[in-house]
Order: sequence, then C-alpha cells, then structure tokens
Amino acid sequence: MTLRDFIDKLLGRQPASANVARERLQLVLAHDRSDLNPELLEQMRREILEVVSRYVEIDLDEGDVSLETEDRVTALVANLPIKRARPLAEPGTAADADPASASSAPAGDGAIATA
Amino acid sequence: MTAPGTRYILICSGKGGVGKTTLTANLGIALARQGVRTAVLDADFGLRNLDLLLGLENRIVFTAQEVLAGSCRLEQALVKHKQEPNLALLPAGNPRMLEWLKPEDMQRIAAMLGEQFDIVLIDCPAGIEDGFKNAVAAAQEAIVITTPEVSAVRDADRVIGLLNSHGVQPIQLVLNRVRPKMMANQEMLSVSDVTDILALPLLGLVMEDEQVIVSTNRGEPLTLNGTKSPAALAYNNIARRLRGEEVPLLDPTKAGRGLRAKLGRLMTTKIF
Repeated sequence: MTLRDFIDKLLGRQPASANVARERLQLVLAHDRSDLNPELLEQMRREILEVVSRYVEIDLDEGDVSLETEDRVTALVANLPIKRARPLAEPGTAADADPASASSAPAGDGAIATA
Repeated sequence: MTAPGTRYILICSGKGGVGKTTLTANLGIALARQGVRTAVLDADFGLRNLDLLLGLENRIVFTAQEVLAGSCRLEQALVKHKQEPNLALLPAGNPRMLEWLKPEDMQRIAAMLGEQFDIVLIDCPAGIEDGFKNAVAAAQEAIVITTPEVSAVRDADRVIGLLNSHGVQPIQLVLNRVRPKMMANQEMLSVSDVTDILALPLLGLVMEDEQVIVSTNRGEPLTLNGTKSPAALAYNNIARRLRGEEVPLLDPTKAGRGLRAKLGRLMTTKIF
C-alpha cells in the first residue's frame, strides 16, 4: 500500500485509477492466456471440488479455485480447506494427501464407506 | 530463408493507433543516420501509411508484389530517402491485390533485402490475422510497442504470445505516449506495471509529444532534422540500444525536480 492509497482510504475516495487498471488487466490476462472463459473456469472449479470432495470433506464456502499470473506464467491455484478426510477402502491414499486434516480426523469416523 | 548478418525486426502492437508506423519511420531514419543500412518494409499493404510518415508517398512506383512477380527489379521498387540515402522503403503491396501475398512471399522479399541491408524493419499491420502472419514470417526478432492503457497492453500480451509461438526472439518493449504527470499521480499504469505484466525487457520510453503530430504533418520524422524534442531523443536512444549501446533509461516519474514531482514520489512510496 502506498501513501496515496492510504490517504484515499482515509478520505473514502476512489483509489487511483492506475491500481484499478493494473488489477483489471491482471485478471483479464489470466483468462486470455489460459484461453478459459469465466464459464468454463466455473465448470472446472465445480468438477475439481467434486473430485476432491470424494476423498476429503472440504469447506465449500471457503474453497477457491482461481487463475493467477506472474511473469507470463499462468497457474491454476486451488485453495481448499479440508475439514476431515473421508474414510476410504484404501485409507493410505486419502490420509497421505493432507497430513493436517488426517490428524484431526478420527480414524474410521462415520459409516459412509465408499463401496 | 534470410541472409546471414542481417537483422529482421518486426514492429508490432496488436492494437492499432499506438505508434507502430511512427516508431518504424523514426527508428529507420535514426538507424540510417547512425550509419546502418536500413530497409523499412511496410507489411501493412491494406492500409499502408509508412510512405506518408516518411514523406515518400509520391515516389512509390512498384511494390514487393511486382518484384516477386518478376515484373521489376528490387532496385526499381526500393524508394531511397533523399536526405538519408542509408534508408530505403519497400511497400509490400497495394490494396488492390489483397489475396496475393503469402508468408513465403514475405520470406523471399526479406531474403532479397538481406543482400543490401544491415537491418530490415518490418512495419506490421494491426490485428493478429493474415497480415500479422505474413509479417511475422519474415521476422527474427520483434519490438512490441504499447501505450500505458489497458486495451493496448491486453492486445500487446496477445501478440507476445503469438510471437513466442512463432519462435521470434528476442522480443523487446517500447512504451509509447507516456505522461509523467499522470504516472506520478497514479492515474496511469506505471512503467513497471507494464513491464511486469508483459514480462519483456524495456527497449525505450517515448513521452507524449506534440512534435510527433507536427512531424507527421510534414512527412519528416523527428529523427531526421536533429530536433531536441523528447520523442526525438527517445527514438534516437532506441536506435542506439537496438545496436547494443548502453543508454540509461529515465524513470519518467523520477525525472522532475519540482515540488509536484517530489510529492508524487512521496505518494507512491510503499508504506506497508
């Protein structure tokens, strides 16, 4: 944050337009470069969440899948807070995926075993 | 495809009206004045304007199309600049023969120019369609020119992606129509905003300068008569950097010594 941004915020003014331009550009270029339109991205997001939630229980409200761009490289960044691991037929795979959630999830919790 | 030792430099932007042709004309004259045998190839044959900016519009008889068809020699089609004999213009074609040129034709013309010139500047048409594909076929390296506006930067990004996929290397950036006051007030994308977003090395900065319009009115590029205007200096520096000389770049927002410039610097200082 620059001094100008700080004063703008203090006075409740609109931020300087260069910042707005930069942010809008970064967003539109991330989409341009990946050739994904927002609709496709949304579909991909849903499918990713669907696949991930087969293995672990995720916080759908906090979950975020987005495109980030730096130095002409666009990355798909998924931030999916895990509530707990789902018990699977092969317990090793799910538990390995996220050690933090594995420790918080009681072993053999729930009866929704995947057949 | 191309003669050894000759540099083939594409000047492109994606968006129209950001200053491609003005840069080509001024850079061509500046290089010629520095002793480089320079050809400027107007690849925009649908809407050609390079002849007008160079003041050569009344001297065009043939184009690259007639050369390729064998109906004239290259020397007959080349238009030498009277005051700057190191510079010659070759229009790729005329608007009436739109479907005629193909990427291979541009490569053949480029190879022919390579026998006589050290640097061939190719003025690319706006857009990313056939005209661009023709022009890029003849190029080895590129200068992307843009202005600090969202639409121009977005289109430049598109073009850079295409240049990369064509294997054009190196690609350098010229930022045109810079307004230092607006940049200092953070009402215009800064130089680093644009270079960070496009991730290209900066070859030059050209300030917004009324003299550019005056010079196009006359058909005499600013670099021709040694005027001291900011844009003329910028174009000359771009020519020198292109030839490998180290010429420092000025940060437009740090150039001023007045109270306004100082305040601007204070306001853009990162506090946290």
